[in-house]
Amino acid sequence: MIDKSIATPEAAVTDIFDGATVLIGGFGEAGSPIELIHALIDQGASGLTVVNNNTGSGEVGLAALIKAGRVAKMICSYPRTANSTVFPELYSSGRIELELVPQGTLAERIRAGGAGVPAFYTATSVGTPLEEGKERRTFDGRHYVLEHGLTGDFALIKCQAADTHGNLVYNKTARNFSPVMAMAAETTIAQASQVLAPGQLDPESVVTPGIFVDRVVAVTHPAYESELVAQGMSYP
Amino acid sequence: MTDTGVSIGLSRDEMAQRAALDIPDGSYVNLGIGIPERVASYIPEGREVIYGDPELINAGKRQVTTVPGAAFFHHADSFAMIRGGHIDLCVLGALQVASNGDLANWSTGAPDAIPAVGGAMDLVAGVKTIYVITQHCTRRGDPKLVERCTYPLTGQAVADRIYTDLAVIDVTPDGFQLVELSPGVDYDYVAERTAAKLLPIATDK
Repeated sequence: MIDKSIATPEAAVTDIFDGATVLIGGFGEAGSPIELIHALIDQGASGLTVVNNNTGSGEVGLAALIKAGRVAKMICSYPRTANSTVFPELYSSGRIELELVPQGTLAERIRAGGAGVPAFYTATSVGTPLEEGKERRTFDGRHYVLEHGLTGDFALIKCQAADTHGNLVYNKTARNFSPVMAMAAETTIAQASQVLAPGQLDPESVVTPGIFVDRVVAVTHPAYESELVAQGMSYP
Repeated sequence: MTDTGVSIGLSRDEMAQRAALDIPDGSYVNLGIGIPERVASYIPEGREVIYGDPELINAGKRQVTTVPGAAFFHHADSFAMIRGGHIDLCVLGALQVASNGDLANWSTGAPDAIPAVGGAMDLVAGVKTIYVITQHCTRRGDPKLVERCTYPLTGQAVADRIYTDLAVIDVTPDGFQLVELSPGVDYDYVAERTAAKLLPIATDK
């Protein structure tokens, strides 16, 4: 019998190793798996490469992971957000590496990685500083650059509901990068507001099929980054 | 340029309102961060437009609402819509726009700046029509409409039309073409604040 449910966020992240590449879902706070990230901070893995669109805000969630010095490198499109001070300080003092990737290219690199496509061409970044070092090719008279698929050792994502087979549905725009990250990681860990028995999710409505998900953990009342920041919380 | 304390030209909301008038009924539109976000508030009553914005927030991470007929999609699909040419129109902000349509809107290239690009490069590469909304000049008074961008580019020859506090200007093969002046502004006032040739409004022959 397939049962991918894990009792606690702590138990779900025990094997994340030093130096791992971790794909973390979310666009700003929407879809950010805060409880899994806090469990990762408590677990202690360091030297991580983290893939996320942003770099978190305040001193909770992703920003707290960065502040704790666990992240060696960020791969993201937009490391500046309101209330985002942790990353800029570390970056300015040369204590964290940044790979800046246009947002659509980032999403497609992850999708490609998850789909077994090693690289693809896109017109995004042609003629800009972000083209530097990339192979250029012309198709039908238009210039394109070669971009490589991106995979992770782990993905940490948040969803609205999961079943014990790992099928997932999301909540509105909190979906964002999570479906492609689930595909692109060796081990995908999803926190869900509800973990249901098989058959309780309509198969027609499943967004991420369970084949892409390894562990599901119930976080019944997930925190929101902006609320924690407004409370002045600093994790741990 | 000195600040005379007299308000000349359009406010930020008025600029957004003006651009909204030009969005055709039925368009699929992507709105950038800043003044472009305000465009959504000014779509004329009765015009049906579907927003391609990504819990329930827009590209600027501000909370928004859905209308009946909305759909949610993941990020790779969102940018497949963009890269695949399915979005009709995009409204973005600018640091500089050149008379050949080059757009710089993501970085000043300052060595101490934290580079951040977001989806701007994907949008200008994939969307058919690019509208730019920007103040005509920086707070220091430097023109933002220029002959050649000095800031790092977002894309080459991508801007189609520019909405500023002072005017509406098209990017044409011959350069900047004045289309419309804001109330209380004349050609000379705009031309003096534009660091490239500005073709006057074509008059009837």
